[in-house]
Amino acid sequence: MATASKNPQASTAAAVPGAEPQYLGYLVEFENPTALVHAAEKVRDSGYKNWDAHCPFPVHGLDHAMGLREPILPWIVLGAGLTGLGLALLMQWWMNAYDYPLIVSGKPFWSIPANIPVMFEMTVLFSGITLFFGMLFFNRLPQYYHPVFHSERFKRATTDRFFISLLADDPKFNREKARQLAESLHGSNVEVLEG
Amino acid sequence: MSAIPANNQRALDNTVEDPASRPQLVLGNHDFASMTDVVCRVIEAPNPPKIWTTALIISSLVAVFFFSLVAYLITKGIGVWGNNNPVGWAFDITNFVFWIGIGHAGTLISAILYLLRQRWRTSINRSAEAMTIFAVVCAGLFPLIHVGRIWLVYWMFPIPNQEWVWPQFRSPLLWDVFAISTYFLVSLLFWSMGLIPDVATVRDRAKGYWQKLIYGILALGWRGSMRHWQVYEKAYLLLAAFSTPLVLSVHSVVSFDFATAQLPGWHTTIFPPYFVAGAIFGGFAMVVTLLIPARKIFGLEDIITMHHLENCAKVILATGMMVGYAYATEMFIAWYSGNLVEQFTFLNRAMGPYAWAYWIMIFCNVASPQLFWWKKFRTSIWSLMVVAIFVDIGMWFERFVIIVSSLNRDWMPSSWAPFVPTWVDLGMLFGSMGLFMTLFLLFCRFLPLIAMAEIRGVMPQAEVRH
Repeated sequence: MATASKNPQASTAAAVPGAEPQYLGYLVEFENPTALVHAAEKVRDSGYKNWDAHCPFPVHGLDHAMGLREPILPWIVLGAGLTGLGLALLMQWWMNAYDYPLIVSGKPFWSIPANIPVMFEMTVLFSGITLFFGMLFFNRLPQYYHPVFHSERFKRATTDRFFISLLADDPKFNREKARQLAESLHGSNVEVLEG
Repeated sequence: MSAIPANNQRALDNTVEDPASRPQLVLGNHDFASMTDVVCRVIEAPNPPKIWTTALIISSLVAVFFFSLVAYLITKGIGVWGNNNPVGWAFDITNFVFWIGIGHAGTLISAILYLLRQRWRTSINRSAEAMTIFAVVCAGLFPLIHVGRIWLVYWMFPIPNQEWVWPQFRSPLLWDVFAISTYFLVSLLFWSMGLIPDVATVRDRAKGYWQKLIYGILALGWRGSMRHWQVYEKAYLLLAAFSTPLVLSVHSVVSFDFATAQLPGWHTTIFPPYFVAGAIFGGFAMVVTLLIPARKIFGLEDIITMHHLENCAKVILATGMMVGYAYATEMFIAWYSGNLVEQFTFLNRAMGPYAWAYWIMIFCNVASPQLFWWKKFRTSIWSLMVVAIFVDIGMWFERFVIIVSSLNRDWMPSSWAPFVPTWVDLGMLFGSMGLFMTLFLLFCRFLPLIAMAEIRGVMPQAEVRH
């Protein structure tokens, strides 16, 4: 009992004898961005859906090499900005001209020029908040589990190494074909993701 | 003919102007890994530099002193300041405008220089943005405590209150509430977004349990995915695009607080551009003041190079000239207006009871940056530091001159009264610096001081060859 409580992981492993780690996909490593871009073009043309390139900085031209579509986030931000603009106008009109008109040094109750600064600020505020949280939403972040985190080598993906991951939950995924593709990418290392 | 071939010379000194090629932004032949090591060492070193610890102890004590003064002010009322009638705004608003102005350089570096594709910004944008946020924190405190009854401060926001009166949207003071809070939030989001990939780098290098846990949570599971980078870059570009007019609007709105008043010395249409130029001027000086010690203490000379400091000096010179031009224009317009009170106000600035403040301002803001016409002074640590500190001081005095020298002698001589700061005034000015430095020092040690992901993008190794 004492040993089991000291080492819970060992006891779980023992409880499921012969349990093999789950097979999750392939991870191909590259040493420079040029190799990554060429490999990405190859994977793009092979028709996989659930694959990704990982790099420590946005590599120029990689989005094109991966065949990524333009994000729709800017359009949502446009909507958010216009909402902020409209709300600011409505708020100032309702508060100062309709609900409780205030007489201040003979100024008109409602005049657009006096309302412009607040309209501008609220446009920026709504757009900025939408940009930040929209970026997280479209990227499905925070996401603390991902198959690539099983790899020790992947820790360098945020420093100086470039990776392509082919994940096993792709509808087109075939273990043998994926291995062939992974090996044809001329990466400096090919790794099976297991966890 | 130089004995050293041009290429080698440039590797040693990246301030050489050679139109044929761009200067190197990272010196010391670093690759991605060694550059990352240099930056992460600041966070990962088991013991911080002694000077950092000493500075943190001193500045946090000063910050505690500041908050004690705030508590004293709240319990006693704003009579503990030297403000009087007619000088209803004095150190409080001077400090507010000073700090908010400091913040502007951070946004200029992070947003405007990004839109202008100034690649050198990558070395200094993270720390300048942090400076922005901490400066806005300091700035925001002053109007809050200046309202006197801080427990009623929510009356400034468009929410129902017991008076059943809404805020008055035709007042620039209310525009300020919106401008400053938007500026703070958007700057914070911009900064946080830039931090995500770099915190992920720190997470992946972390050895200890707590480091792994805390940086792991903060990194949000960032995995450098290009699908993420694509949305991220688009969002970053748009945040920069929104921050650019935002930063110009913030100081314009601050200047409206003065310009829409009828007080001679305040009622001028030149204020918005003059305030924005002054803000960038003072802010760049603060960037230089902070980064010269930081690069030395944390060994970042290869990344924050002389080229970067020289560029800052050029911005200081350019904006200093704009500020000097604005001072001259103000004087000219006062004379040209033919308005006796206006003419008196400006003569009184230069020759009245606060003439000493005016001439400190002229010396610090107009005379001292002239040194930067010479490359020798732009590329010497000592002259950079001295001029930057002069400009920091000069820009505080500029706001003091605008506010106090205009208020203390307005229309009617019978209502004139001098302003004398009390020890609480002086203590709060000093104390706010302690708060600012405490936040900045903590940032240096616990978050990546340099935007590593952005630096990698401007290193020669990042180039894709076809």
